[in-house]
Amino acid sequence: MTAALTGHAGPATDATDEEPPRPRRWYTPYLLLLPGLAWLAVFFLVPMVALASMSLQTGSLGQGYRLTWEWANYSEALSTFGAQFGRSFLYAGAATLLCLLIGYPLAYAIAFKAGRWRNLLLILVIAPFFTSFLIRTLAWKIILSDDGWVVDTLRAVALLDDGGRLLATPAAVILGLTYNFLPFMVLPLYASLEKMDERLLEAAADLYANAFTAFRKVTWRLSLPGVVAGTLLTFIPAAGDYVNVQFLGTPNSAMVGTVIQSRFLTVLDYPTAAALSFALMVSVLVIVLVYVRRVGARDLL
Amino acid sequence: MTTTLDRPTRSGAAPAPGGPRRTSALARLSGWVRRHLVMAFAVLVLVYLFVPIAVVLLFSFNDPAGRFNFTWQGFSTEAWLNPCAPAGMCDAVVRSLEIGALATLVSTVLGTLLAFGLVRHRFRGRTGTSLLVFLPMATPEVVMGASLLTLFVNLGVGTGFTTIVLAHIMFNVSFVVVTVKARLAGLDSRLEEAAMDLYANEWQTFRRITLPLAAPGILAAALLAFALSFDDFIITNFNSGNTITFPMYVWGAAQRGVPPQVNVIGTAMLLAALLAVGIGELVKRARRG
Repeated sequence: MTAALTGHAGPATDATDEEPPRPRRWYTPYLLLLPGLAWLAVFFLVPMVALASMSLQTGSLGQGYRLTWEWANYSEALSTFGAQFGRSFLYAGAATLLCLLIGYPLAYAIAFKAGRWRNLLLILVIAPFFTSFLIRTLAWKIILSDDGWVVDTLRAVALLDDGGRLLATPAAVILGLTYNFLPFMVLPLYASLEKMDERLLEAAADLYANAFTAFRKVTWRLSLPGVVAGTLLTFIPAAGDYVNVQFLGTPNSAMVGTVIQSRFLTVLDYPTAAALSFALMVSVLVIVLVYVRRVGARDLL
Repeated sequence: MTTTLDRPTRSGAAPAPGGPRRTSALARLSGWVRRHLVMAFAVLVLVYLFVPIAVVLLFSFNDPAGRFNFTWQGFSTEAWLNPCAPAGMCDAVVRSLEIGALATLVSTVLGTLLAFGLVRHRFRGRTGTSLLVFLPMATPEVVMGASLLTLFVNLGVGTGFTTIVLAHIMFNVSFVVVTVKARLAGLDSRLEEAAMDLYANEWQTFRRITLPLAAPGILAAALLAFALSFDDFIITNFNSGNTITFPMYVWGAAQRGVPPQVNVIGTAMLLAALLAVGIGELVKRARRG
């Protein structure tokens, strides 16, 4: 590319003197970017400012809202819905961890053990997600229902009391979140593992590393960018989700998304909902930044 | 792909005959575990992934007694024969297809232009641009939905079909950029230099060299955008007004009673996607062969 700019690509044979290589027009990139950036500015940045502003307003839908820098919206929202807020991060964190625990071996197997079945296995990982998100979650509702075979089996082996349930428990919500966001973990993990040169493992073995040490010091380290990307892609949507908790949990285990949704769409208490949304956004961003720095994969962004 | 198979690795089948390497019992054991246990575990995870799909398929053949399709009552092909029987469901599917098509078209164009700008050019504000593209992906959907609704409320714009499309384009752009960028970054830029050397101007180079090479990435991005739009619930829920997309229909039905036809649509979506993947593979093979 740069060679084309610096003259290497210029018409060297005939028109040497008269026609210097045309420099690329400086505004070409801006023309390419303008429509997309304008769209993101109008429908992402401006709404975020509107949200931030709404979170500091007082009033009601009938009488209109006024910006009064009402910081109390935040303290009120967070003290009223602190439990839901904390629960979101707890459930999302647990689901992310579970996704990593079951997603890593899967990605590892596809990258290193699958041989010619690799593409097929990748398709199998993605395929379930072509069925609608809501329908999949409803299917879990059937599977975990009180008279379903899972509960029957667990009761039979006494892992669950006779009256014990799976549906409408935190476990069901976490399981649903884990299920729904698993491919977001597996695909980045696979992408980073697949790039790894397997001879590094041989080298590690030659240097008397046992399999565990080799995994810890070579494979795991090299897959860290995938781990970071995967955990973020799982954690962020899981923290804001309210579908799983609606279908698989109870109103008592509502997450922050549930509150935001009902405050915005049913209660029509916009300032509180906006304060909660903005607080969620900021906490997620802070977690992302701290996490990415700690793991040291900054070039990921 | 073949490297995994034909390169004799240390964890390969037999310990190197008479090889100088010392393998401790522990290493051999963990080698065996890694060879078989990982794959066995992977298969279990795949089963876990498909259990709900099997349930969706099975319950599309259910003959539910009441409004709720949650317990197995008996075999019936009723839902497959009359997929549009539940009032408003097929309208919702068509609406989702329309929204998906519109959102895909616009977001693919915008995102592809952005990706070209980011990969092929160096300019002031490049980092800021990347950040703006990244941010929507790092934002929980519920926040994006809420912020858009706030904007529309502030402007006094009623929510409905148009606002859904606007919202879908917004969150799709970033995914298109990422997908197309990945394809462009893997391309050999010397091909474009060669075209320029052969007196192709910038536009000709783009149309004859860059665009055809980038096409698979753009197609993949468009398919991804369509899938995301068709399946989106959270952002749509905030900005739909009275417009009912298919996910909105399912959400409502989950409270009122889910007809088995919903499962028919879910299964059909899966089959359509697998068909698309299959055709893609065949095309790839035909080209290679």
